[in-house]
Amino acid sequence: MQIGFLCSYILMKNWKYIISLSFLMCLLFSTPKSVFAEGETGEKFKAGEVIIEHILDSYEWHIFTWKGHEVSVYLPCIVFNEGRCYTFSSRVFHENEVYKTVNKTNSEELVFTIPHEGSYKGKIVILNADGTQKRPFDISITKNVLALFISCTLIIILFYLVTKAYRKRGEKEPKGLQSLFEWLIVYVRDDIARKAINEKSVDKYLPYLITVFFFIFINNLLGLIPIFPFGANITGNIAVTAVLALFTFFITNLFGNKEYYKDIVNTPGVPWFLKFPLPLMPIIETVGCFTKPFVLAIRLFANITAGHIVVLGFISSIFIVAQISVAGGVGMSIFSLILAIFVDCIEILVAYIQAYVFTLLSALYFGMASKEHHHS
Amino acid sequence: MELISPDFGFIFWMTLAFGIVFFFIAKYAFPVIGKTLKNREKKIAESLEQAEKIHEEMQHIQEKNEELLKKAKEEREEMLNEARISRDKIIEEAKEKAKDETNRLVESAKETIENERKAAMTDIKNEIANISIKVAEKILEKELSTDEAQLNYINEIIKETDNQ
Repeated sequence: MQIGFLCSYILMKNWKYIISLSFLMCLLFSTPKSVFAEGETGEKFKAGEVIIEHILDSYEWHIFTWKGHEVSVYLPCIVFNEGRCYTFSSRVFHENEVYKTVNKTNSEELVFTIPHEGSYKGKIVILNADGTQKRPFDISITKNVLALFISCTLIIILFYLVTKAYRKRGEKEPKGLQSLFEWLIVYVRDDIARKAINEKSVDKYLPYLITVFFFIFINNLLGLIPIFPFGANITGNIAVTAVLALFTFFITNLFGNKEYYKDIVNTPGVPWFLKFPLPLMPIIETVGCFTKPFVLAIRLFANITAGHIVVLGFISSIFIVAQISVAGGVGMSIFSLILAIFVDCIEILVAYIQAYVFTLLSALYFGMASKEHHHS
Repeated sequence: MELISPDFGFIFWMTLAFGIVFFFIAKYAFPVIGKTLKNREKKIAESLEQAEKIHEEMQHIQEKNEELLKKAKEEREEMLNEARISRDKIIEEAKEKAKDETNRLVESAKETIENERKAAMTDIKNEIANISIKVAEKILEKELSTDEAQLNYINEIIKETDNQ
């Protein structure tokens, strides 16, 4: 009901914006460098590469290509080699294939490069004299990291404003942004947390559940906006979902009560021969502790990535057809745009559903780890 | 493969960024929001309870009012009745008095008229007597105007007297 309501509300109130947003998205995603490069170098448009390039991380933020010139934001690279820190702009790789600097430990020449293939494809590596590659400890501010910082700043600002509104308005009715947030906060509290976790421990887990819900929801939505500081595939990155899942994992297991651990070691309601002599059930339960967050991470990553791939696929199909005939490209663009807009609308729904699912499952795990009495 | 192998640098920044957001929400935003929400819920519950109480009281008062109204109506009715009775009585009395007065007036009028009539009768009688005398005088004067007549008359009278 809530999801349906949200969806129809968004569609009804903002359909004009959604369509124009989708159109903009199409325009922006449809200008990967290879499209324009194609006219000059005769290179073929490779949809797969374009899509993967968007899905993956990169050291610069490519905004668009104008008459063969790339307009990108070059981001700082921070790498550690043998305990020493090296910082430089990713622009160095745009000008040259390699970046040569002085090794801070032995004053020899140190060569950085980004290989186009191999196991370190697309990552900064140190090129040794014998031609082997070594991956340094790399905490560069990549495209995704920058996008993450922007979205986190946005979340903090939003929550700051909402908190200020609560301070100012006290127990009066909510207004504006506050009422939107209140609706979602109360939804997470009443329909997710309170249903999954017992009355006593619900307050302990609530801040985390609210953080996770808003973090995923806002990042999912920002991922759908194609204009520069947004549009990165944050929640569709396995590192992000893995960290979120790890947070859930640690919170579940660190704050789990005695009952929870007893249930793992001595699972109730199971015949004794499944526990002794071979402790089958305890093994399954222990593995289950790890598979739960793993599944959380994979689900979010797969859903969001798939959404981006589908939208980009539709847009790419315009260029694939346009290579064969211009008229076909025009015809295809109408068809593809309609489909891409449709998928974008679904993606808005998915943005909410995935945030909801992740939060709900986290709440269920917390509920399991903090339940008071079983056999009830 | 790159798609599903998490990059360490990104994990590092993600942990840091998410940690900061989590810390901010858990320490700064949520305590205020959660407390306000709880307080507001309490306030709403209290207000509802109070409204219920007030409603009950109102009902009570209304019942009382209705009772009072009913009593007042009854009293008014009684008073009106009393007034009507006393009014009728007064009218009746007035009527009686008026009747007596009229009778008295009529009676006295009748008396006056009788007296007046009697007086008139007496006057008329006197007048008639006078007139009779005058007439008799005139007749006598006329018949006894000559000496002969006088003598005749005297003779007659003497005759009459002799006969007797």
